[in-house]
Amino acid sequence: MPSLAMLLDLLHGAGITVIVSGLAILAGVPLGLALAAGRTGQAPLIRSACALYSSFVRAVPVVTFVLLIYFGLPRLGFALNPLPAAILALVLNTAAFNSEIWRAAIRDFPSGQLEAARAFGMTRRVAFWRIVFPQIWRASLPTLVNEMTLLVKASPAIAVIGVVELTRKTRQISAVTYEALPPLVLAAIIYGALLALLVAGARWLEHRLTRHLRTA
Amino acid sequence: MNLRLDIIWQEAPQFAAGLGNTVWMCAVATVLSLLFGMLMLPPLISKNAYLSRAARWLVDAGRCIPFLLLTYLVYFGLPSFGVVLDKWWAGLGTLVLYNTAYMAEILRAGWVQLPAGQTESARALGYHGFALVHRIILPQVLISVGPVIGNQMIQLIKDSAFLSIITVPELTYAANAVQSYYFVPFESFLVATLLYWVLCGGVENLVRRGERAAALVRRGHG
Repeated sequence: MPSLAMLLDLLHGAGITVIVSGLAILAGVPLGLALAAGRTGQAPLIRSACALYSSFVRAVPVVTFVLLIYFGLPRLGFALNPLPAAILALVLNTAAFNSEIWRAAIRDFPSGQLEAARAFGMTRRVAFWRIVFPQIWRASLPTLVNEMTLLVKASPAIAVIGVVELTRKTRQISAVTYEALPPLVLAAIIYGALLALLVAGARWLEHRLTRHLRTA
Repeated sequence: MNLRLDIIWQEAPQFAAGLGNTVWMCAVATVLSLLFGMLMLPPLISKNAYLSRAARWLVDAGRCIPFLLLTYLVYFGLPSFGVVLDKWWAGLGTLVLYNTAYMAEILRAGWVQLPAGQTESARALGYHGFALVHRIILPQVLISVGPVIGNQMIQLIKDSAFLSIITVPELTYAANAVQSYYFVPFESFLVATLLYWVLCGGVENLVRRGERAAALVRRGHG
């Protein structure tokens, strides 16, 4: 039967899910922007490298990617503990998806505005941060949030290298109670609440960011 | 660093078997979840508010759960109700169940974009319920959402790697088995990820061809 102790135990797992996903989002969104900048930039080598990275990482299952990072990196000379390896894998994964979102936003940006900014004497860098970024950031937010929900749903993949997040916690609990169902159902509800919270928060932020665009 | 690709080559049959299992399970699951998604479409767009709300709730709930958690619910949770599935049925069943919710939602989104006149005139001609969906709506919706279904299939292929956790011998499981026996994790997982890349690239390629064919069909009728 579900008990308070079980709920607290699961919330502990949920905390790990939130921290890991949160860190992956915090690092993955700017990294995605950097990748998109590389892909839309002028150096051909960097362009193809960023395109190759994005294509590869987006086609690989998160589980397999986590295993590659955790077990594979030591061969390249640096070993990571499970938790940092898990965060690194999720950052690298979500950055690839975010780069596609940023790239689409940059591609669809009206070129007239950029030309006007350049005509006013802004360098490419200044034009990007003053003119392009404030607009694509608002336009991309809903799609970025969609990717964040996908990341939270992919985060149980880090259980394969022993990080005890919400989904793995359910197995630990059943190993003690011999009841599989109650923790699983509670965990499903917690995931639902987490995602609902994320989406609601994003709506609120979007509402605030576009306040000046609405006429009272 | 020298890559032990000789070991990978020696274990190629195991990788091939894993890849084979991934391919057939994902192909079957895509077809079945698309079929079940079609069955979910009439209740989703029904005029009966209770029916459409119940279907809506089911689809939304399904899309909130991580794939691995649903796998656990099916594999470890269903026995509480006396339903015991082996890893194969549990794996395939979870793939189908999980993606049915997404397919239903994709089809509904396609239906929303369909001009309302299509449904109205079909109703005026006496079509309703399943006949309306199956004869008038679905053929048009399927053509327009083809690429999205292709993307969902790629998602499905990637989710199938979670099944290695309940020991379904698919590609990731095979890679893990080889790496733990010979201790060649880097080579083993690198080959597995490259195979997934090729597989998903193949699906993407198929989708692009299908899109071109669909454009021809539309031009032919337009």
